[in-house]
Amino acid sequence: MIRLTVLRLFLGLATLWAASVMIFAGTELLPGDLATAILQNSATPENVAELRKELGLDRPPLVRYAEWLGRAVQGNLGVSLSNQRDVVEELAPRLRNTLFLAALATLVAVPLAIGLGLLAAINQGSFFDRAVNLVTLLTISIPDYLVGYLLVKYFAVRLDWFPVLANVTPETPMGDRLWLTFLPTMTLVLVIVAHMMRMTRASVLSIMSSPYIEMAFLKGLSKTRVVIRHAFPNALAPIISVVALNLAYLVVGVVVVESVFVYPGLGQLMVDAVSKHDLPLVQACGLIFAGAFIVLNMIADIVGILSNPRLRNPR
Amino acid sequence: MSELEYLKNQHKAGRINRRELLGRAAALGAGAALLNTIGLQADAYAAETPRKGGVLKLGVGGGSTTDSLDPTNWNDTVPTVTGNSFLDSLIEVGPDLKPIPLLAESWEAKPGATEWIFNLRRGVTFHNGKTFNADDAVFSINLHRGKTKSGAAGSFSAITDVKKVTDYQIAITLKSGDADFPMVLTDYHNRIVPDGTTDFSKGIGTSGYMLESFDPGVRIRGKKNPNYWRTDRAFLDGYDLTVINDSAARMNALISGQVDAVNRVDAKIANLIKAKKNLALVRSVGGWHTVISLMQDKGALFESHDLRLAMKYGIDRVQIVKTLFNGYGTVGNDMPIPKSDPYYNPNIPQAVYDPEKAKFHLKKSGFDQLITIQASEAAFNGAVDMATLMQASLIKTGLKVDVKKEPADGFWNNVWLKGACVTSYWAGRSTATQMLDVGYGPTAPWNESHYKNPKFGPLLDAARAELDVAKRRAILWEAQAMMSEDVATLIPAFQDYLDGHNDKVGGLTPHSLAPLDNSNVTLKAWLKA
Repeated sequence: MIRLTVLRLFLGLATLWAASVMIFAGTELLPGDLATAILQNSATPENVAELRKELGLDRPPLVRYAEWLGRAVQGNLGVSLSNQRDVVEELAPRLRNTLFLAALATLVAVPLAIGLGLLAAINQGSFFDRAVNLVTLLTISIPDYLVGYLLVKYFAVRLDWFPVLANVTPETPMGDRLWLTFLPTMTLVLVIVAHMMRMTRASVLSIMSSPYIEMAFLKGLSKTRVVIRHAFPNALAPIISVVALNLAYLVVGVVVVESVFVYPGLGQLMVDAVSKHDLPLVQACGLIFAGAFIVLNMIADIVGILSNPRLRNPR
Repeated sequence: MSELEYLKNQHKAGRINRRELLGRAAALGAGAALLNTIGLQADAYAAETPRKGGVLKLGVGGGSTTDSLDPTNWNDTVPTVTGNSFLDSLIEVGPDLKPIPLLAESWEAKPGATEWIFNLRRGVTFHNGKTFNADDAVFSINLHRGKTKSGAAGSFSAITDVKKVTDYQIAITLKSGDADFPMVLTDYHNRIVPDGTTDFSKGIGTSGYMLESFDPGVRIRGKKNPNYWRTDRAFLDGYDLTVINDSAARMNALISGQVDAVNRVDAKIANLIKAKKNLALVRSVGGWHTVISLMQDKGALFESHDLRLAMKYGIDRVQIVKTLFNGYGTVGNDMPIPKSDPYYNPNIPQAVYDPEKAKFHLKKSGFDQLITIQASEAAFNGAVDMATLMQASLIKTGLKVDVKKEPADGFWNNVWLKGACVTSYWAGRSTATQMLDVGYGPTAPWNESHYKNPKFGPLLDAARAELDVAKRRAILWEAQAMMSEDVATLIPAFQDYLDGHNDKVGGLTPHSLAPLDNSNVTLKAWLKA
């Protein structure tokens, strides 16, 4: 168990490094650089050269990468090339915002999805089952920004219940913060619930045809009890991996929702950084995103093992 | 023309309403005089006295996480709006594109206009308590000269020397005469910081607001500067600017009242904003224009004058203004001086869509190759659509036209100035000479079309050095006519700047140079009770 975890951690770090190489190579391959991106059509050969020198872009890429890596392992992610602010300082509030929104959406979506999935499984084929399936299918089929705009249109502009902008600041008190982020949270919930709910329903139902479930029914247990006590624990592994994937999406994939609600999260920061070729920022965002994916998948694996007695006690 | 005169004319032309006129006039401290001239009731005037206090909530598009308070870095609306609220310039541009004294109280040119003396304002202090003097002015101007990353480097390369004469006087020497030089100093990058500043992050300047919080690309707040040197501006207790780059989100924020004023109103919904009772649209007719370069040096695709004429008459400008800007724009005439410029030449015949004329010129040119328009959204929103519209109208003249969509990333570096037929844009410049020089002058690095009429450069030099307004006008009119006649480049349309605000906001007036009152909204607007 411990050996497995250590191995996973090591693989995770290797993946992280590979990701950093790919991100670096990617930004190098992009046409143009920070200097031309900043100056746009007020660039002259002279001021571009001067800006490049100031930004250190005149040195070979490998040197720049090695320097960055050397500092990064010491926890120093450098300063943003374009405005000379410390990357960690710049990232921290954004990361907090992203995690806050992700946590809120998770707190609502995961219990909701699993609850609905179980209820749908218990009442398989009923009107409720069909209705839940249809509605969640609908919300997952609509692109997330459209869900966002629709919520804004009805709940912010028409009804004026919630604000259009989720422009929180670090000083915003918790109550206001919840109110400001209500619509983005709901958007994300609507988008991720379907996947998790359908997986719960499907994996529980696939277990339902096993002999031991038949045995449980023959013992005279109620359907609810069979599903919750016998089928669900055995169906956990695939559900956990789907939940982990969706949580990873909440951290890395919400840039569109952020921009619809003007929410200062990481995604927006990364998009800005990429469009300006601000490498230290792009790298840092990339590391966080890759890290989130790796950690969440690792947790999913470990919890998956814990939930399965056969894997928990290997012979 | 003074700012007041300008406002009166705007009022006469129906571009601003009476309340706006009175409000702005009151801000200028000229209310009473104006009342006499246009015969209005005193109470109407009283209702529009700028009110002090309140926090203006702005939703502004055009900001990025990479913004900073270093004026050499500024390149979009958010940095200029916030920058102007913290830092003053020596001279500012009035809505009529005339220089207005700010930290420079007065100036004069020696004959020939190569040597200039600027007298600086006394009794102005920076936010950190330092007194403003000539050292600060010299230092600040030099930020954009020599080895610099500044966007103003191009126009400031005309300066050969800046020196302090006394504590409140500086002398500037130019390479060659420029009667409009004070307007060069109004470049939005040229803002005054304390001598020796290396850390710009505190926003230390002399303007009406002091930095309260700065979260680039997200939210910027300013609070009133209690020691501001003028009392007829900066009426607010502070402002709270949220960067909203998403157009729909910006409009929703305005409609739902979460912000009081926005820039970049989507032209497609501008009529809806206008129709709403509690909202107002501020339309600034200005110099922002779309360009399609036609590279025309020897051996290049558009070497033939007849082919360029075929392009000129083969595009439907009216349709472009209607489709792209929903009518909030004006047709262009292949020369970059807008109607709002005092030196605009109104006598050039407007090019209209005429497929027969285009066919005639095409036949005469004998051209039968494929023209590829390289279009990218990096140039401006709708550039690809404009290229497609042009393709549709040009094909009817018998030209073979293809539109190639170029990636936004790296567009300015890899496509612009390199392709023969490329979409591009220019924001208006404060003077006609600057605009003509920067894009079409004989030494301009950004001469997209490689326009090289040997008579054009000397005309520009003559106009720059000419101190007599009437003579300058004549020269500049000739230069504009020459460009349009030569088809120096294709300029299909000028787009208006559209700002929007709710009925709580007073004093947000149009400015032909840039949106949000040339980015001075925090200084000039106020909140009604």
